[in-house]
Amino acid sequence: MAHSNWAEWIYLGVVTALLIYVGAEAWNVERIIDHAPADAEIIIVTGQQWFWTFEHEDGTKEVGELHLKKDHAYKFEVTSIDVNHDFNIPEFVVLMDAIPGRINTVWFSPNEAGEFEIQCREYCGLIHYNMRAKLYVEDV
Amino acid sequence: MVLELARPRPIWQIMFSTHHTDVGLLYLVFSLLAMFVGGAMAIALRVELFAPGAQLIQDAMTYNRLFTAHGTTMIFLFLLPSAAAVGNYLVPIMVRYKDMAYPKLNAIAFWMIPPAAALVWLGMADFGWYANPPYSVISAPAPAAEMWIFGLKVLGVSSILSSINFVVTILKCKHPDLSLGKVPLLAWSFLTSSIIVLAAMPTFAAALLMLLTDRLGVSGFFNPAVGGDPIAYQHLFWFTFHPEVYVLVIPAIGMMYEIIPRFSRRPIFSHSSGVAAFIILALVSFASWAHHMFATGMSFTEKTVFMVGTLAAVPASAMHVFNFLATMWNGRIKFATPMMFAVGGIALFFAAGAGGVVNTAMPLDFITHDSYWVVGHFHLFVFGTIAFGTIGFVYYLFPYITGRMYNEKWGVVHFILAFVGACITFFTQHILGLFGMPRRIYDYPEIDAWISMNQLVSVGAMIILVGMVIFLGNMIYSMAKGKPANLEDPFGLGGKYYYPFAQRNPQHGEGGY
Repeated sequence: MAHSNWAEWIYLGVVTALLIYVGAEAWNVERIIDHAPADAEIIIVTGQQWFWTFEHEDGTKEVGELHLKKDHAYKFEVTSIDVNHDFNIPEFVVLMDAIPGRINTVWFSPNEAGEFEIQCREYCGLIHYNMRAKLYVEDV
Repeated sequence: MVLELARPRPIWQIMFSTHHTDVGLLYLVFSLLAMFVGGAMAIALRVELFAPGAQLIQDAMTYNRLFTAHGTTMIFLFLLPSAAAVGNYLVPIMVRYKDMAYPKLNAIAFWMIPPAAALVWLGMADFGWYANPPYSVISAPAPAAEMWIFGLKVLGVSSILSSINFVVTILKCKHPDLSLGKVPLLAWSFLTSSIIVLAAMPTFAAALLMLLTDRLGVSGFFNPAVGGDPIAYQHLFWFTFHPEVYVLVIPAIGMMYEIIPRFSRRPIFSHSSGVAAFIILALVSFASWAHHMFATGMSFTEKTVFMVGTLAAVPASAMHVFNFLATMWNGRIKFATPMMFAVGGIALFFAAGAGGVVNTAMPLDFITHDSYWVVGHFHLFVFGTIAFGTIGFVYYLFPYITGRMYNEKWGVVHFILAFVGACITFFTQHILGLFGMPRRIYDYPEIDAWISMNQLVSVGAMIILVGMVIFLGNMIYSMAKGKPANLEDPFGLGGKYYYPFAQRNPQHGEGGY
């Protein structure tokens, strides 16, 4: 190289520092939210073409709707019985693939009462676009 | 370069030719045809999504088939062949050899593509371009799925053959006086992207065979009902297709390395930094495949490893951007159409890369995964960066191929429409994703924010369409009626061109170009 490259090195240093910051922060947040609280109530979520079934700890089952209590922690055990789906409550950033033969877990604690959308976020065939359910968070 | 129109010859002479400029022309014409086919499919999808309810497409199955064909067409039939077109034209000239290393293999690699395209377009599979099992094993209708699998198999072999050809041409056939370090960056981009193909593609070839035998019911690699694991497919698929992203983007960056110094009337800021960035990108492209799979239930450790692997690709990409900007700095820039597309492509490349950092930051991935954010993100790469680089280069090659100039004014109009359209379409898709809209959906509920943003996206797509129609008109009109180009310096930049336009095609007879 005929000319000096100091500007490029400074620029690369800044970019790398930013990336390290983003990576470290992401690592730190994910480390905290990766573990469900011990008292979280378990709900078994089953996807199938093209609807959702929810089973509470006490054995009650709901199809196409899910009733939860505000400020309680819930741990979803997500699975599927046919093809891949993806359990998603966009309002609360709950998202986990439902994969046949596997149980994936994700947890959340709704901090807002009301009615929210549940949808499938992984392509699963003909009615994928309408594989929806309702989440009712009740204030108790 | 070959001046096809100035010295017309029977079309079969081009079709059965093995000369690199003829094969390049075939690649170029085919890839542009595929671009318009795939673009028409995209427009149909955008018309459908303009409002909730059925608009243009009456059933979900047709919609699903269309988005699958759109993705497959754009990646395998437009972007890969268009890169091969540019490589065929320029790589032998840049390494100072008379042709590609294996001319017959070169022609064979091209002629595998049209039958594969026929399989994809006549079959119209419905499982997305990623053919995700178990859906693709137990649920996708035959024979469309089998046709897609065979089509992709053929395309995979074709791209392996053409990659072998590029690697051998550059490493073994370059002029003895030309050291590898001095090989122009466009040729370097083909060297690195071809090596990635050779390392990555066999994995997908294996996965396709396993998928096929699974569908035939003689195996159960990916079918959990008989003890298989669908996640295994995703690993195999992304092990090929994350590096494949770089296979597409690296030649586009190589094309910008050709255009930007030329139109800035300055030598490239740092040749060695460009080479280093290509090599680093090729290596780290294999360290990030599973960032597509954070939501499949990966452990915290796996996610961390692949996040770091993904972030590692950013500095190398940033080196390219720096190199471009430093080259343009203090340059006497001529903003002709190829330069505009290259600079617009860099801007959108930067935006796409920034979005990629968001995607890979683990907690944020759970907001963006499989939403329209992702659609917007990768379209900024494939359209905003790669197609921009390619289209800019088509304008750049136009005088060399036809001997005539395209219409500069309409070229600029095309660029402005493409750039504005891309910004409206793909940035809005990012926001739509943050509002929770999933990708690959035929219809959506009547949520006000979704409706207005979808309409904006569709309007953006129409703006791109208008630009593309102008592009087509400009190409066709200028081929016949354009101003004859000054082949020593068609863009009036002064200075010497790297390579001669007078690569001799033996089929043009003695004394011909």
